[in-house]
Amino acid sequence: MTPLLSVSNLRVGFGRNPLENEVVRGVSFDLQAGETLAVVGESGSGKSVTALSINRLVDFGGGKIISGAVNLTRTDNSVLDLAEAAEPVLEKIRGSEIGMIFQEPMTSLNPVLTIGRQIEESFRLHRGLTGRQATAAAKDALDRVRIPDAARRLKYTPNQLSGGMLQRVMIATALACNPRLLIADEPTTALDVTVQAQIMALLGELKRETGTAMIFITHDIGLVAGIADKVMVMQAGEAVEQGTLGDVLDRPQHPYTRHLLSAVPHFESGRAARSDYVRGQIKEAKPALKVDGLTVRFKVAGSVFRRSPGAVHAVENVDFDLMPRETLAIVGESGSGKSTTARAILGLVRPTRGGFSTHSGRIAAATDPSVQMVFQNPYASLNPRLRIDSILAEPVIAAGGRVNAETRARMAALLKRVGLPENCLERYPHQFSGGQRQRLCIARALMLNPSIVVLDEAVSALDVSVQAKVLELLADLQREYGLAYLFVSHDMAVVERIAHRIAVLYAGEIVEIGDAASVLSNPQHSYTKRLISAVPSIDRRNQHFELDTRQVPSLVRPPGFEPPATQWRSFGPDHRARAEA
Amino acid sequence: MSYLTRRLSTFPLVMLGVSVLVFVAIRMVPGDAITAMLGTEAGLLTPAQREALANYFGIDQPIAVQYWHWLLGVFRGDLGISVTYGKPVLGVILERFPLTLQLALMSMCVALLVGLPAGVFAATRNERMSDLGVRIFAMIGQSTPNFVVGLLIIYTLSAGFGILPTMGEFTPLLAHPLRNLGQMILPALTLGFAFAASVTRISRSAMLDVLSDDYVRTARSKGVPKRSVIWRHALPNALIPVVTLSGVEFGYLLGGAVLVEQIYALPGLGRLVLDAILQRDYALVQGCVLFIAFNFMVVNLIVDLVYVALDPRIRLGEGG
Repeated sequence: MTPLLSVSNLRVGFGRNPLENEVVRGVSFDLQAGETLAVVGESGSGKSVTALSINRLVDFGGGKIISGAVNLTRTDNSVLDLAEAAEPVLEKIRGSEIGMIFQEPMTSLNPVLTIGRQIEESFRLHRGLTGRQATAAAKDALDRVRIPDAARRLKYTPNQLSGGMLQRVMIATALACNPRLLIADEPTTALDVTVQAQIMALLGELKRETGTAMIFITHDIGLVAGIADKVMVMQAGEAVEQGTLGDVLDRPQHPYTRHLLSAVPHFESGRAARSDYVRGQIKEAKPALKVDGLTVRFKVAGSVFRRSPGAVHAVENVDFDLMPRETLAIVGESGSGKSTTARAILGLVRPTRGGFSTHSGRIAAATDPSVQMVFQNPYASLNPRLRIDSILAEPVIAAGGRVNAETRARMAALLKRVGLPENCLERYPHQFSGGQRQRLCIARALMLNPSIVVLDEAVSALDVSVQAKVLELLADLQREYGLAYLFVSHDMAVVERIAHRIAVLYAGEIVEIGDAASVLSNPQHSYTKRLISAVPSIDRRNQHFELDTRQVPSLVRPPGFEPPATQWRSFGPDHRARAEA
Repeated sequence: MSYLTRRLSTFPLVMLGVSVLVFVAIRMVPGDAITAMLGTEAGLLTPAQREALANYFGIDQPIAVQYWHWLLGVFRGDLGISVTYGKPVLGVILERFPLTLQLALMSMCVALLVGLPAGVFAATRNERMSDLGVRIFAMIGQSTPNFVVGLLIIYTLSAGFGILPTMGEFTPLLAHPLRNLGQMILPALTLGFAFAASVTRISRSAMLDVLSDDYVRTARSKGVPKRSVIWRHALPNALIPVVTLSGVEFGYLLGGAVLVEQIYALPGLGRLVLDAILQRDYALVQGCVLFIAFNFMVVNLIVDLVYVALDPRIRLGEGG
């Protein structure tokens, strides 16, 4: 049987001289109708470029196919080499025979057009539908991706829908004309984990319903297990390993595949949790940080003519303490209040009520050198105009210190400790990779010898294999300097590797807190359960996720609203969860 | 209370501020209406005669009192009497305004009709020769003073083609449309030239930004033809800066274009204001500035309403 898609020896380059900037170096694969191929690799591995070369969108990004063939079997059984096809032919194929969904649903839909018009467009272009017929077809397409109240939503513009909803709209658009091939380029990377589970479930269901073949691009090998029939692993523009799902995940041949499978944090339901610190071992220890009833509310702006409708209760009555040498991970989805909690502790947001005290006894952490932080994006959190020695000197100067020989010695020692060559003091941030930059940020945070480090999604922006190394470094530094970490993250696999204890935040409140292994292996609160079951895992092969269309509740409360007192239930020595009605 | 009424309620406040400023500023300029009218002969007046004249013009009283009288008049819709024309100020302004409005509208049409397509074209040919050509042309357009452009146009037409622009007494549009357009087309082109150059540059850079946006890639992945990608998906997203620029330029043109009016001998607002200042025709200057400020506010309001029509993400009334 002729495959639906046959890519042979594809080479793609960029810029004026594509041969010199070759990004895809001879990739070949076949895809049968109805099959799903997962393409796995890190950023820069050429996986997205390979996908964009199939429908030739790569042309618009300055890419050029150097050689090779992309043979597509069309609906009428003729075979067309897309690598050679002219633009007008490609326009007919895009959308009708090959659909595509992208990583960022928030930016991938046209902000000034209603979603109805954007879906209708496919029907107008490829099916010749107009007016009522097109509208009706668009409504059916929305129904197909399980968007409730589709007829009304057609009139919405993208800013009125959530990220998960928008990604469904994207899927509806891509599948509008029943293409036989769907290319999904990291379709869930920008979404929360529970939303990701819903999108994956939807893709799985639609695949079964329509028999569409799919190329699923991801950096998360855990997602692959849930959806793929075949896997192709890419590294530096080459396909280093290809095979069936079982072969690649269970019997990896290439060292890079093995590295991906072993070095990359996979979620293991608490089995991989750290055991180098247990609460209560050292009796007399005083907490490094104690947070008491922390509440942050943002008043919703009214105007001269309108009363304020209330306040966003971003963080509500959060209590926890953090011991030296301990990592407390705060997990939750976007909007759960986890970053606001971290920012309040750093003194960047004023708490409405409650507070915290650190070991040194100071309340306002913004002026407390014993609390330092590492942020999510190492590309944005280092001033590109400052040399590394100036960057490292900043905290010292900010704390009122002087840059002297001792400071310079500490800089050199810290750089060495975080695994960077000493000669980088004279360099600028752009000369470092993402992982190296995050090491610089860690070194900067340690300049003042802090007792607490707040890490806000500190490894989320890094490639998966780099994540593992940075996590390892963090654990080593923690033991060496006796640091207490407050680790804010949405990534359960990462949290499992670094946390001793976990606090699960939902709608601004802690719903469950306790020992990491216990919370992850035996979650008690329904939200924690939902969160953990949504985490993709290589152990769950082709498992069907349940579709769940619940929305996160609004955090805007009327003026004067006070939440009812919390009832806690205990599950073991260090594990408690909020009682549910 | 709707956004519109709230915005309109700020108008009197701004106008009040403007009126105080202009009232004081014009009186700080040395010389007065009497000297401006009589020239050196003003020196021959006896103090009694001078006083009588000052009393007649109402400039013998303290500034605050003058302002108060004038303000009371404004509230009754009376902007005062122009010394030079011997007629009510409002009437003089309204006589000149249709021409200025027409000129501004025509210039903006020229600018948008030429500038938008040129900018879009250049953006889609990024860094190629044709893009470079458009950019150089736009640069020239922006940096050439418009009196030079005006004179060049007249010179080229008369010396090169033997065509003389229609001169003579200005004919209003409704009185004789063809004759009117014949008089207005060259001034509009002259003013539109620099305006078009700005529109070209700003629409080119906005389009370049938008063309690399994700939703443009999405549109292409749906098989939308190139032309629709550009005009239906990209352009509406690139229009906001173009509208901003056009609003500012248009508001500016509503204040009159002195040099171009002078070259083409058009009786517009620009020359009216200039003459009024030279003649120390206080009431007329005040009336004109107030009128121009009002127009500017109206244009700004329209620009804001256009934003809302263009981009559903923009809501009025939030955050002021």
